[in-house]
Amino acid sequence: MKRKKLLCALAACLLALIPFNAFAAGEDGEYDMAYYGQFAGQNASINVFNWGEYISDGSDGALDVNKAFEELTGIKVNYSTFATNEELYSKLKGGGAQYDVIIPSDYMIARMIAEDMLEELDFESIPAFENIDEQYRNPEYDPENRYSVPYTWGTVGIIYNIGTVEEPVDSWSILWDEQYRGDILMFSNSRDAFGLTQKLLGYSLNTEDHDELRAACEKLKDQKPLVQAYVMDEIFDKMLSGEAAIAPYYAGDYLIMAEDNEDLRFSIPKEGTNLFVDAVCIPKGAAHKAAAELYINFLCEPRVAADNIEYIGYSTPNKAAFELLDEEVQNDPVCYPPPEVLENTEPFLALSPETSLLLDSLWTEVLSTDKGYNKWIMPVFVVVAVGFSIGINLARRYRKKKDSPY
Amino acid sequence: MSKAKYAALPYLVWMVVFTIIPMLLILVFAFTTPDGGFTIKNISDVGKYTDVIMKSIWLAAIATAVCLLLGYPLAYILSRQSARSQQIGLMLIMLPMWMSFLLRTFAWMTLLEKTGVINRVLGMIGLGPFELINTSGAVVLGMVYNYLPFMILPLHSIMVKIDHSVIEAAQDLGAGSMKVFSKVVLPLSMPGISSGITMVFVPAVSTFIISKMLGGGSNLMIGDLIDMQFLGNAYNPHLGSAISLVLMVIVLLCMSVMNQFDDSEEMEGMLI
Repeated sequence: MKRKKLLCALAACLLALIPFNAFAAGEDGEYDMAYYGQFAGQNASINVFNWGEYISDGSDGALDVNKAFEELTGIKVNYSTFATNEELYSKLKGGGAQYDVIIPSDYMIARMIAEDMLEELDFESIPAFENIDEQYRNPEYDPENRYSVPYTWGTVGIIYNIGTVEEPVDSWSILWDEQYRGDILMFSNSRDAFGLTQKLLGYSLNTEDHDELRAACEKLKDQKPLVQAYVMDEIFDKMLSGEAAIAPYYAGDYLIMAEDNEDLRFSIPKEGTNLFVDAVCIPKGAAHKAAAELYINFLCEPRVAADNIEYIGYSTPNKAAFELLDEEVQNDPVCYPPPEVLENTEPFLALSPETSLLLDSLWTEVLSTDKGYNKWIMPVFVVVAVGFSIGINLARRYRKKKDSPY
Repeated sequence: MSKAKYAALPYLVWMVVFTIIPMLLILVFAFTTPDGGFTIKNISDVGKYTDVIMKSIWLAAIATAVCLLLGYPLAYILSRQSARSQQIGLMLIMLPMWMSFLLRTFAWMTLLEKTGVINRVLGMIGLGPFELINTSGAVVLGMVYNYLPFMILPLHSIMVKIDHSVIEAAQDLGAGSMKVFSKVVLPLSMPGISSGITMVFVPAVSTFIISKMLGGGSNLMIGDLIDMQFLGNAYNPHLGSAISLVLMVIVLLCMSVMNQFDDSEEMEGMLI
């Protein structure tokens, strides 16, 4: 669920010019070379497909995970990025691309497992999996933990600007508050937008009850006049500049925004929220499965995972890495909320195909609800246009006939 | 068979592989279910989105009309200038197109925002703030700004062909400026108008990023709808293909109607 950090990107570009030698994690002594060295000199390579800006890439003097892995193992990493789970899904479904490591979110993993799109992992060759906190093993999306290794997790909450919002924020209902008309931003992806509405109405995030979804749809339509814009990436610009004052978004991204605008606050509503986990998987038919497992193991190494999570700004499911973090970060209630808050969360699971289709058509309804055109308008338009074309052609032929004697 | 014909072969192969086969795929997808059976449900489902389709056509039509109104006089005046000024003028018109389409639209965002440049300047003289962004007006503005060159260029290339002596002849015969325009310039520039309208209307009706960036996500257009089918939550390429097919039919119909006008006007021109 990682989004581009637009502002950071610029800083990153500048800092990339500074040669980095902070390569503490790259020292060979730290790792089991009998394990990591198995592909050395074989000219092996793996294709990694991850969210944009979702790995420590060496900017800012931080660890360059891919480079460190390449130097350690001799396996070349071909790294590319995607922007939404759905994009990843359609790329894999389309069958044109070959990836060895992918990092989808929870509900997408459940869907991929159901559709037999993931390869079972060989946990014998991922010894560092032991670093993963018990709490994040055997998750609902992968009950026997056979296909995935958790990478990051986080929550969704409300980001607000104390300049405009003076009252304490503790409920999703503030997104429906008439007082903030025009200052509210909303998710432009259907699952998140519906999710928080369902929570507000007291429904499950994964409801298959179509009446509940319709009720949520009506609620979202009520909200529409108050919403300034439906956005994803643009939220950074709009919240930082004060263009908007309230927006639901991901906790990790709030931390990045808060660095640049100290008037921003984050709150997890009392109705509960979504807790998402992004996990590393290997897609079915991956050509370099063993090398991919080496990569996954490397991501689980405490030092690597800690440096990585520090850069990304999300929360880590890796216990050993967590212990390496600064105390300040460990106690941050945004990044690592107290247990009572976490208890009141729910993960996204895969919806049935019918419900997914309904959700999308309801979402289109929300976004396009302004005028009710008659559904016969299109067929009538087509008939009229065809009739018009024929009419003109006939008229012209008639005229040509009249002209021909000359 | 002449050898020259073989020169067209690379493009022919290109067209078959990257245009004709994908179009057939759209056709196949539009009429099948995920299990591969035949269905017309996808096509009939498109009816549910009549609102979106009508809105796209309406906004694209407004944008095209505005482009024509802005572009026509400019193209005419430009075509009457010296060759050198024409060159400079055309370059200035093309200049914005050297920048990324996305960047240009993004720039409009920062101009139109509530805390944007326009509202801040107006605020200094005590006006506003006005709600400029996230409206359908902003979407039309974005389309006009991005597609105006596509209107001016075909108009200009037709108008330079209008010989000035034709206009002078009309004036010699006593025609006023209105009459010169309606009887000489307008009929002769008709092919330019029709290709300009096509060049603006077709991309405008299927645009998707402009409505997302300037329309605040709530001014949905056909392009956004198709985008949602492929990259949205449901992943429904069958419905997406059906919508694309309907869009293609709409565009085809609009173009054929335009062509009819064009030809009949030419006929009239010939008759005169």
